[in-house]
Amino acid sequence: MSKPKPKIKKEVVPMRKQDPKERSHNFNEVAQGYTEEQAMAEAERCLQCVKAPCIQGCPVEVDISTFINLIRERKFDEAISKIKEKNSLPAICGRVCPQEEQCQANCTMGKVGDPVSVGRLERFLADWERERGYENPQKTASTGRRVAIVGAGPAGLTAAADLAKLGHEAVIFEALHKPGGVLIYGIPEFRLPKDIVEAEAEYVEKLGVTIKMNAMIGKLYTIKELLGQFDAVFIGTGAGLPRFMRIPGENLCGIYSANEFLIRVNLMKAYAFPRSDTPIYVGEKVAVIGGGNVAMDSARSALRLGAKEVKIVYRRSRKEMPARAEEIENAEEEGIVFDFLTNPRRFIGNERGWVKAMECIRMRLGEPDVSGRRRPIPIEGSEFIMDVDTVIIAIGRTPNPIIQRTTEGLEVTKWGTIVTDENGKTSIDGVYAGGDIVTGEATVISAMGAGKKAAKAIHEHLMKKVKAKKAT
Amino acid sequence: MYKIVTKRQLVPHINLFEFSAKEIAAKTKPGQFVILRVDERGERIPLTVADADVEKGTITVVCHEVGKTTKKLGKLEGGDYILDLLGPLGKPAEIEKFGTVICVGGGVMVAPLHFQAKAFREAGNKVIGVIGARTENQLIFENEMREVCDEFYVATDDGTKGHKGLDFLKELLKEKKIDRVIAMGPIVTLKSVSELTRLNGIPTIVTLIPIMVDAMGMCGACRVTVGGKTMFACVDGPDFDGHQVDFEELMARLKMFTPQEKLAFVFHEEE
Repeated sequence: MSKPKPKIKKEVVPMRKQDPKERSHNFNEVAQGYTEEQAMAEAERCLQCVKAPCIQGCPVEVDISTFINLIRERKFDEAISKIKEKNSLPAICGRVCPQEEQCQANCTMGKVGDPVSVGRLERFLADWERERGYENPQKTASTGRRVAIVGAGPAGLTAAADLAKLGHEAVIFEALHKPGGVLIYGIPEFRLPKDIVEAEAEYVEKLGVTIKMNAMIGKLYTIKELLGQFDAVFIGTGAGLPRFMRIPGENLCGIYSANEFLIRVNLMKAYAFPRSDTPIYVGEKVAVIGGGNVAMDSARSALRLGAKEVKIVYRRSRKEMPARAEEIENAEEEGIVFDFLTNPRRFIGNERGWVKAMECIRMRLGEPDVSGRRRPIPIEGSEFIMDVDTVIIAIGRTPNPIIQRTTEGLEVTKWGTIVTDENGKTSIDGVYAGGDIVTGEATVISAMGAGKKAAKAIHEHLMKKVKAKKAT
Repeated sequence: MYKIVTKRQLVPHINLFEFSAKEIAAKTKPGQFVILRVDERGERIPLTVADADVEKGTITVVCHEVGKTTKKLGKLEGGDYILDLLGPLGKPAEIEKFGTVICVGGGVMVAPLHFQAKAFREAGNKVIGVIGARTENQLIFENEMREVCDEFYVATDDGTKGHKGLDFLKELLKEKKIDRVIAMGPIVTLKSVSELTRLNGIPTIVTLIPIMVDAMGMCGACRVTVGGKTMFACVDGPDFDGHQVDFEELMARLKMFTPQEKLAFVFHEEE
């Protein structure tokens, strides 16, 4: 007779974090991950539901209940292989996926207590494997078909990995000098260490993918030229253009787009200046405009670079903030100040052209708008001056336009995103697209999901061509 | 990695580099620029292309040793490698048959100016070249420029060679029917040339190279106000209507990291 099962714990196993006082001065990773024992204890909480609602919440359909069960049996190598059947970037997803809105939102345990922390378990396995060194994945027999992938971000890396696993030759063209896209230029070291991004990109290369750096498609080659050399093209160029407020004084010195600030810090490692050559300036009083993850990342980076006071200035209230709850909590713990229902109207400069203050106005919330969030309305007469010496504008990013401008016949929306069908097929035969360039700014995992779908569609397209060729 | 095929010191602290970059050379047009990174710790700096040789598969840039990166680059020789080279970036210069075109440039920008002057002449324009430097022994690309111009003038700030300063341009603009002016060089030069031509209403194109990081439209560090609108020099430019540019703002923005640049320079010297 089997022994009676112990009562399942309602509370999630907590993950070790760096102390807020300490971490607000360094760029080391905040969350430290589970130990083997902690991972096994958390895995015990999984109810192994027959219908596995968690899997339905995953944009790339990782077999979550099976990999958690393998953790319970201490079969970590089998567990990570299970994840990698569907997801080639688990160390990244375990850290930056909004699991609380996806797999974990559907978790049955969530109805009686905390949902099982799928993200922490995924991260545990990916780190466990990386520490031991990856086994070289087996390469699939070549189909002789070649696919060009534009952009080495989450969508491009995923599409390339899946195509390589199917035996196609995938060549990624990346405009920056490192692969990863937003993972390398956007998300800070303390949330996603860059050696992890590099390791996962290397894994994709081990699958047989070639990544060509410093290659800006639209300038170096057009999509049409790529179609001359490859059997299909996937566009995953993302939403990398900064949105500005378009208010007076925005070009004063000391005002950055969040993109500039984060590219300097993350891609160029300006936090190590002058050991790294790229400089950054952070004053004493920093205001970050916006309420998303990028705003949190910018504010927390500014604090680590020595700012005395960092304020998040957001035009709605806490409830409407698009940032992950976990990141808002982290920011608060570190001492970031939140100024809700406030919006800048103009920036005021000194005689040298540097920002010294901003005029703000208080807001109130009206009826919900198209986004479903309550619309902020300015309260006339509530204007006031906020002293600042550094401003970071983090109010969103728009699609990269270069390919759309240089590709005749490519159907584009009025927002500049590329039009595709549900499988990523664009208006040009053999050209597919996915990720933020199609949806507008979204999440890493949804871009990966789009890369996966497109890879499947490209595979079908290529195999049809093979068959057609054989028939003639 | 990108090989330096040739390195030549033109005058003290100004070097010419010819890089092996077949794909870039095949696509580069006058007016475009590249971004380079010397090594793993390096920053990304923009340099306007001074020549592209499709057959040899090379591009040429000329660069002044003013900070840490350009100093590091200056220490490299032919046969050495740099880590990253990205391009061509920016919109190509608008090369058409306009009639008579003045190409005026100062400092290191005379080198890319010659690339444009050549193209203007090939397009059937009468090209008047005006090149300048602080002093005689800082002049570069004099012969290269003379060769591609129908008329040619030299000016120095201190009068050690040719005209003293650019005031003589005023007469030139009065005497001749000029259809277009192309100005490349320090911001003060671009500004004074634009002010002169504004009086005569001559279309004037200036090349702006503000601070850039990615140089592909992502960061907005290079934003400039042109005709009251914010533009990104890296993707909307680098060429703009000189009569519409807010030069004061641009000058302030170019100084944004001056204290850090000085620190980096000292740190580099001590290393």
